[in-house]
Parts: sequence; C-alpha cells; structure tokens
Amino acid sequence: MSRSLRTDLSKDEAGADMWTGFPLFPDSASTMAGRVDALYFFLIAVSAFFSVLIAGLIVFYAVKYRRRSPDSVGASYHGGMALELTWTVIPFFITIVIFVWGASVFFAMSRPPDETLNIYVVGKQWMWKFQHLDGQREINELHVPVGRPVKLIMTSEDVIHDVFVPAFRVKADVLPGRYTHIWFQPTKPGRYHLFCAEYCGTRHSGMVGEVVVMDPSEYQTWLSGGAPEGSLASAGARLFQDLACNTCHRPDAQGRGPVLEGLFGKTVTLQSGETITVDEAYVRESILNPSAKVTAGFQPIMPTFQGLVTEEQLLELVEYVKSLKSLPPVQTR
Amino acid sequence: MADVTHHPALAHQFDSLAQQSEATTLGMWVFLVTEVLFFGGLFATYAIYRSWYPDAFAAASHELDVTLGAINTVVLITSSLTMALAVHAAQLGQRRVLMMFLVVTMILGAAFLGIKSVEYYRKFIEHHIPGPSFEFEKAHARHAQIFFSLYFVMTGLHAVHMVIGIGIMLVMLWLAWRGTITDEYYSPIEISGLYWHFVDIVWIFLFPLLYLIGRHAH
Amino acid sequence: MSTGTVFMPTRHYLNDGYGIRSWLLTRDHKRIALLYLAAVTLFFFVGGAFAVLIRLELATPAGDFVSDETYNKLFTMHGVMMVFFFLIPSIPATLGNFLVPIMIGAKDLALPKLNLASWYIYILGGLFTLYALIAGGVDTGWTFYTPFSTVSSTTNVIPTALGIFITGFSSILTGLNFIVTIHRMRAPGMTWFRMPLFLWSMYATSLIMVLGTPVLAITILLVAVERLFHFGFFDPRLGGDPVLFQHLFWFYSHPAVYIMVLPSMGVVSELVAAFCRKQVFGYGFVAFASVAIAVLGFLVWGHHMFVAGQSVYSALIFSALSFLVAIPSAVKVFNWTATMYKGSVSWQTPMLYAIGFIGLFTIGGLTGLFLASVGLDVHVTDTYFIIAHFHYIMVGGTLMGYLGGLHYWWPKISGRLYNEFLAKLSAGIIFLGFNLTFFPQFILGYLGMPRRYHAYPPEFQVLNVLSSAGASILGVGYLIPMLYLMWSLRYGKLAGSNPWGAVGLEWTTTSPPPTENFAEPPVVTWDAYDYEAQVTVES
Repeated sequence: MSRSLRTDLSKDEAGADMWTGFPLFPDSASTMAGRVDALYFFLIAVSAFFSVLIAGLIVFYAVKYRRRSPDSVGASYHGGMALELTWTVIPFFITIVIFVWGASVFFAMSRPPDETLNIYVVGKQWMWKFQHLDGQREINELHVPVGRPVKLIMTSEDVIHDVFVPAFRVKADVLPGRYTHIWFQPTKPGRYHLFCAEYCGTRHSGMVGEVVVMDPSEYQTWLSGGAPEGSLASAGARLFQDLACNTCHRPDAQGRGPVLEGLFGKTVTLQSGETITVDEAYVRESILNPSAKVTAGFQPIMPTFQGLVTEEQLLELVEYVKSLKSLPPVQTR
Repeated sequence: MADVTHHPALAHQFDSLAQQSEATTLGMWVFLVTEVLFFGGLFATYAIYRSWYPDAFAAASHELDVTLGAINTVVLITSSLTMALAVHAAQLGQRRVLMMFLVVTMILGAAFLGIKSVEYYRKFIEHHIPGPSFEFEKAHARHAQIFFSLYFVMTGLHAVHMVIGIGIMLVMLWLAWRGTITDEYYSPIEISGLYWHFVDIVWIFLFPLLYLIGRHAH
Repeated sequence: MSTGTVFMPTRHYLNDGYGIRSWLLTRDHKRIALLYLAAVTLFFFVGGAFAVLIRLELATPAGDFVSDETYNKLFTMHGVMMVFFFLIPSIPATLGNFLVPIMIGAKDLALPKLNLASWYIYILGGLFTLYALIAGGVDTGWTFYTPFSTVSSTTNVIPTALGIFITGFSSILTGLNFIVTIHRMRAPGMTWFRMPLFLWSMYATSLIMVLGTPVLAITILLVAVERLFHFGFFDPRLGGDPVLFQHLFWFYSHPAVYIMVLPSMGVVSELVAAFCRKQVFGYGFVAFASVAIAVLGFLVWGHHMFVAGQSVYSALIFSALSFLVAIPSAVKVFNWTATMYKGSVSWQTPMLYAIGFIGLFTIGGLTGLFLASVGLDVHVTDTYFIIAHFHYIMVGGTLMGYLGGLHYWWPKISGRLYNEFLAKLSAGIIFLGFNLTFFPQFILGYLGMPRRYHAYPPEFQVLNVLSSAGASILGVGYLIPMLYLMWSLRYGKLAGSNPWGAVGLEWTTTSPPPTENFAEPPVVTWDAYDYEAQVTVES
C-alpha cells in the first residue's frame, strides 16, 4: 500500500506538532542501537571529563593568577618533558580504546548474519522504491517483521542518495552503478523515520519515508496481500526468456555461456586467474559489462545489456539467478 | 646604511643578490611541487581507471600515433638541452648566445604544439573525442572513452603549460635583449629553465603511460 | 615593565602615499593585508547573510520561508563563501601577511609583487563566484558531489567552480610566499626555534596550502570538464566512478580544515603568551604539533566517506589515523592551559577570545573523536552532529582566534585603541550566541535530523528554534566589533608601540609601523616570549 508524499511536515499524521513531542534522544529499535548508544555515552563521559577539566583549569587560573599590577610578568617555566609525555601518552591510550570499540561496532554493522530477509531498494530523485522478493512493491514505506535480520540491497537510478534510519542507527550511501547494503534487526514494532541522508537535489528533504516494523503474524498478513506480478524471481525468469539469455546459458552445459544453475554464491575462476564469489554485484556487472570478468574457459562474446534493462529489471534477473538451484548431474553419452 | 654597489636588479626587501636569487629559486621549486600535485591528481585518476580497465586502456592506447609521440618526446628533450645551454650562456654573460638558445627553445616548443595539434586533429576525424560523437569497438567503448578523456585532459593541460612556458621564454628574451641579464644577475633564466624542465618531465611520464601501454595488445 | 611612550609616528605605512593607486598597486605587505581584510570581511557578511536566511527557514518545520530550490542554493553559497572566501584566507592573508615579515625582522615578504597578484587573483575568483550568485546561485552543496554536480544540477556550477579554482591559486601563492620568506628572510639571530609560534603555524599552514590546493584545483577542473564535455570521469553511465570524486575532493578538503584552524591556533599561542606574560609552556612541542597536524592531516580524508561505500579495512585505517591527528591538538590545548599556570593573566579582550577558543575548540575537537569512531560515525554522519562539530571548530575556534588576533594587533595595525568595554561585551555576546546556536545541533544530529534539509519532522522544532535564536544573538555579536573598530580608526586613543607590554619584534616598532617595518633592521639575541629577560623594575 503506497502513500502520497506528505509535503507539509509541520504536523504529522496524528496531528502532532512541535509541542506534542520534544525528544532529546532517538528511539532505539534495533539490535545495534544499544551498542552504538553505549559507545556514544562513553564518549560523552570522556568529553565531559576533559571539557570540564580544561574549562575549569582555565577559569581557575584566570582568576587565581589574574594580573594584579600593570607591570607584572608571569613566572618562568619552560616546560617539562614528563608532563608532555604524560599528556601525550594518556590521550593516545584513550583513543586506542575508543578506536577498538568503534571498530568492533563497525564490524558488526558491516557483516550481516548469514540468514537475512533481503529487500531491494532503488533510490531515485526523489523517492524510494522497495522491492520485496515475492513481488511486493512499496514506495517510501517499508514493511518489515520484528525480530528478523533484514538486509537492504540498494542502488540508485541517478545520483548518490543515502538510506538512514535513525532508530536503527544504520546508514549507507546508495550509489548509481553499484550495489551497497545495510542490515538491521528490528526489536520493536512501530513506525520509524527513514531519511535520505546524502544531498541529492531539489527535493532532498522530501525524500523521506517510514519503516513500518510489524509483529511477525501481522507481517505475514500484510505479505499475503500479494503482488499481482508475482515474485521478483518469477519476473526475472520471464525476462531471462524475453532477452534470450537462455540461448547461451543452458542448464545442459551445451550453451556458449556458463551454466547458471547452482552458480550463485560459488567461487569461480576468471580468465585472468583471479577467483571471485558470484554475488549480486557480479551478476549485475556481468549483465552490464560482460567482458570485464569473464569466467575461465569461456569466450568474451556476451553482448552488453547496458541501456536495455532498468535497475528494477536487473534486480529481477539477479533474484532469478539466485533462485536457480543445482541440477542433478547430467548423464553424458 | 645603503650598499654602495647596489645592483639595479636588487629588490628592496633583500639584503643581497645572493639572498634574492636563493629566495626566488626556492619559490620556483615550491611552485613546481604544487604542479606535481596538480598533475598528480590526474595521474592518480589514470592509475585507478587503468587498473580497473586494462584491456580497454591498452586498446585505446594502441590508437595513438607512437611515431608522432616519439618525435614530440625528442623535440621536448632537445628543447630542454637548448634551455640548459641558454642558462649556461647567461651564466657566462653571453647575451647573443643566450638569446639564440631562447629562440631555439621557443621554436622547439612551438613544434611540439604543432605536432600535438596534428594528433588532436587525427583523433577528431577518427571519432575518438569523447562525447556524443565517440566511436570505438563495442567491447571496450565505454572505458576507452575514459582513456581518451584522460588523454585529452592530461595532454591538454600539459599543452597549456607549454604555451605559458613559451610566453615566459618571450619575456626572458626581452630581458636578455634589454641587457638586464648579466653574468651577475641571471636568476630569471635559471628559474625559467626550472619551469621548462618540469614541463618536459611531465611529458616524459605522459608519453609511456598514454602511448606505450598497448604495444603488446591483441 | 615599560610600555613605551605613547605617540603616533609622523610617517608610517598608512600615510606613505595617498590615493587609490597607492593602495591598488601597493607592494607593501601591510597594505595588502588590509586589502585582504576588507575583502574577507565583505565575503564573511555575504556568507553570514545566507546563514541568517537558513536559520530563519529552519525555525519552522515546514519549508515555508523559501522554496526548496532556493534553500539548497542558500546552504551551498553559505558554505562556498565561508570556506573558500573567508575561513581559508582569513588569518593567513590578513594577519599573516601583516605580521610574517615583521615577526621575522624583514622589510617585506620575499615576493611582494606575487603577494599583490595573489590579492587580485582572490578578487577575480570572488567575482566569478559572485556572478554565479547573481545569475541564480548554485545548489550542489559546497562539496560538489558527483554525479549530481556534473550531470543533474541545473544551476551555475561552472562559474562557481571557476571562481574556486582561481581563488585556489591565491592560496597557493600566499603559502609559497610564506615558505620562501620564513626560510630565507629571517633576521640575523632569528633561528627557527626563536620564532614566535604564530610563524610556526603559518609555516605549517603554508605547507598544506601548497600541497593540498592543487589537488582541489584539478578535481574542480575535472568536474567542469565533465559537465561541459561529458567526459566520463565520475559518471557511472559513462564508466566513471562517483566515489573517486569524493576521494580526490576530500584529499584536499580535509587538510583544508587544518588550513583553517592552524593559523588560529598560532594566534592563540601569541595571545596566551602575551596576556599571561609568560613563555608558552612546551614551546618545542607546540611548534612540532603544528607540523604534525599538517602532515597527519593529509592521511585522514577517508573519514568523510565511512558510509560512502569504501571497504571495511580502509575505513578502519582512516579511523585509526583520525584518532592520531587528534593527539597533537590535545597537546596544544594542554600546553596553553599550562601556560596560564602562574602567569600574570590579563582579562583584556584578546585573552577572552583566546580562552573562548580553547574551550570551544576542545569541545569541537572532542566531538571529532565521536566521528573518528566508525561505528558511531555511521549514525551521525550527514546529520546536524557534523554541522555542530565543524562549526564548533570553525566558528568557536578559528573565528574566535581571528577576532582575538584582530583585537590584539589592531593597535599595531592602526595605531589606535578600541573601546574595551564594547569589545568585552561583544566577546560575551558572541560566546553566548554561539553556544546557543550550535549546542542544540549536537542533540538534533544524534536524534537523526539530516543535514541540508529544508523541511523536517515537527518533533525537531524546539531545538531548531533554540538554534535560530542563538544565531540572531551571534549575528549581533559580530556586528558590534565592525562599528567600534571602524570608530577607533578616527577617534580611538593612541596606542603607542607596545600597549600590551608584550614581547615580540612587532612590539619594538612604532604603531603603525613604517613602510620598511623597522627603523633599523633588528638583530635577535633572545628567545621568543622571553618575558623574564624583559623585566625591568618589577620583581
């Protein structure tokens, strides 16, 4: 169920305005939020300590040593190595602690769990298009179930955008010509702001939406509202036929192109000798720029489909390739 | 306490010609460092795109005229020689020889630009100028266009520096003609020489990176 | 200690030649400094006017004051004016130009004609940018991210880019001049380690100007070329990479922030020494810290791109280096504080600005630690947290240092004293207005309010209103000094050569100085800030 863009943001749907809610801290609605907040509070503590220390000392010295006669000069101190080393080394160790902590939070953010609910995102000036695997399409509103890890695989049709959900503490740029991803696991049902956080032109601040987190049962109900066009993978299957991909990519290995069944997720060796994992990015690149990374043992004869497929059609093809399972070994004569 | 033998070319903020010469030479070196960074951004961009699209770059490079490029390289290296000889003449106070070498340097510089224009013209008729009229073999067209974009920006920027260099030579010629340059005061020639050598060195890097990477292709 | 007889010399640099030609064709570094002062002040108020309009719009959640297109142009032009035409040239081209030769005991910079040329280049760049403004503005953000700036924006990108490209050369030439001058023109006896710390910071700043600005220049050139000729450097449809632009852009623009803050730190060192009448604690450490900041500043650019799509490992390397670059700044803050210990601390206006700098820069710098930790930066990048962070450093830091320096050296520049009460009042108004404007923005940022937003959800309004209220106070605070400083030129009390009782070559010459700076070229036999040796009667 899509919704038209709200252009007057001074009151939200419930009629609330600036005096109804005056938060000073964002909602915490994902498994990462607590970790990010903990690091934040630690840094506030460190900053408060040093700010108060410096401000306190400065004010104290300014008062205690204030100039009492117009000709007086200060005492003669040229510096002390011990003090210099102390106040270099201690901050250095504090920064190491912060670095390690921040790095560990970042690792967790960058590594989605193995099993995620994948949803594709296409950003364009100035709206968000969400594609669920079984074909549901949403504009500016994203429905997800609570308690399950969700991975958003994102690309842009035009300029750089950015998906930002403050309540989940996640953010990543959405780039044209590439896939980027974020993952999150919602912990609380509710509606949360989704903002575009990379300036993208005139209606950048209108490129906002909501993530709707639902209880699992409600989510199922919502999902079964269904999409008339069928799943992404089935749309991809139709495209695969229409674009004649099946003439070269045949399951019986008799085609001029590699067999795609069971290929997704495997490691293949390229003509150049390097190995690569077949992921969404590789499939997309192979459709748009086939001669870039040719599989070993095959000729670089696949034509490019650049300009012949939209980003959404690319997603459908990627999902189709993902869905192709290995076939039992073919009996050779 | 004025210096009795105050040289007419000594600027008031300096105590001696030696200090002035050291300062202005240091200034030119610092400027050349900025030029290294300026071209450096382009070289970095080139390095990145070439590492991503080596085949397209090789195919595109193959389309450049190595003969003309090599001739231009020889022309520029010779011009650096004549520039160095000009500096030498200045140090010895040989005004006419200095002027002659400056003129020869300028002629060589102009020859370089002339050959470059011929190359650019050829690229134009072969539809290798990036933009709507660009044509190239399908397999590499998109990335060959990046190669040519870099080719035109890098050699174009280099050519602009050559034009400025020739302009500087004209000014040096005029200073020499006026008799301002003597065996006591020749730092303008030295400094201009530094600039000229730098522009030459940039070409020494441009030539192999742009012209010579497709030699073994196909 | 003696502050010298108070008189105005009969001939000095301001009356050494009258008429517009003697100013527009001057080679005197002091006059060129004043030419820059006039120009940067103009650009400051233009950029400031945009800030006022921005804060007016943001007082309400709906986009009801200006259209979204206009708003996008407002924040872009605010950024462009403030970064390239105010903050970067401010201290180096005004105070630096005025003081570098005097502080090293020279008659002028090494290359005075180049210095004048750099002013003209700055003005030319400014004219192109003002043209872009009048022709309808530009809406790419001061960061010009591609492919929006090369493919999508329909505004005056090329004139603005050209203006910035040209002005960049002004920066390069100023830096070049300072480097050559400091290397080759120091007075007899003025060794590197006898130089005032302001010169160390000018030197470090000049290194960055000279090494970083050319990369910005080539990046802007590529943007213009791509926009004009559709060469495909940054446009993915043509095979280019938009993230490459970000690497090239930030390679300069991160060191640029050190161009903005290092000079101010240099001023603060001078102010603290003079207004505590004491050698700066840890002189050598402060000097080296300036150079360390300049060097390390070149290695951290990727921290602007943690969510831009770079690999996890490169993000972590940039994070670690970003923590490292914080250490020398911390060392400076500790040394300044230690200088005040057992000093003879005056509360005159320049010292108030110095203290304000130390406090606000500390907060701004500490929030930099929040941003260097990648896991936290993911949440707060591209939000108002970042805006608050850099305004604490640029406005709470650089601008306060600039005002402090202006007030400290005003008597030397003009020969007159300003009204101390009004000056203290303005400093207080600025401090209060500044904190009210920008502290709420930290909270807004963590809440999730993105930057460059014309309209926002209503629950963010209260904090925005506080911020806008602060901005109006801050604006008043900046206007008052304009008035009393100008007034003092005509009616201020005569200052004499050393109204502050400070130690430094600049205080040994008259106020205003003669065109050649010194009656006799000085020979230096004392360390910087040698207040001990200068004590006459007082024990």
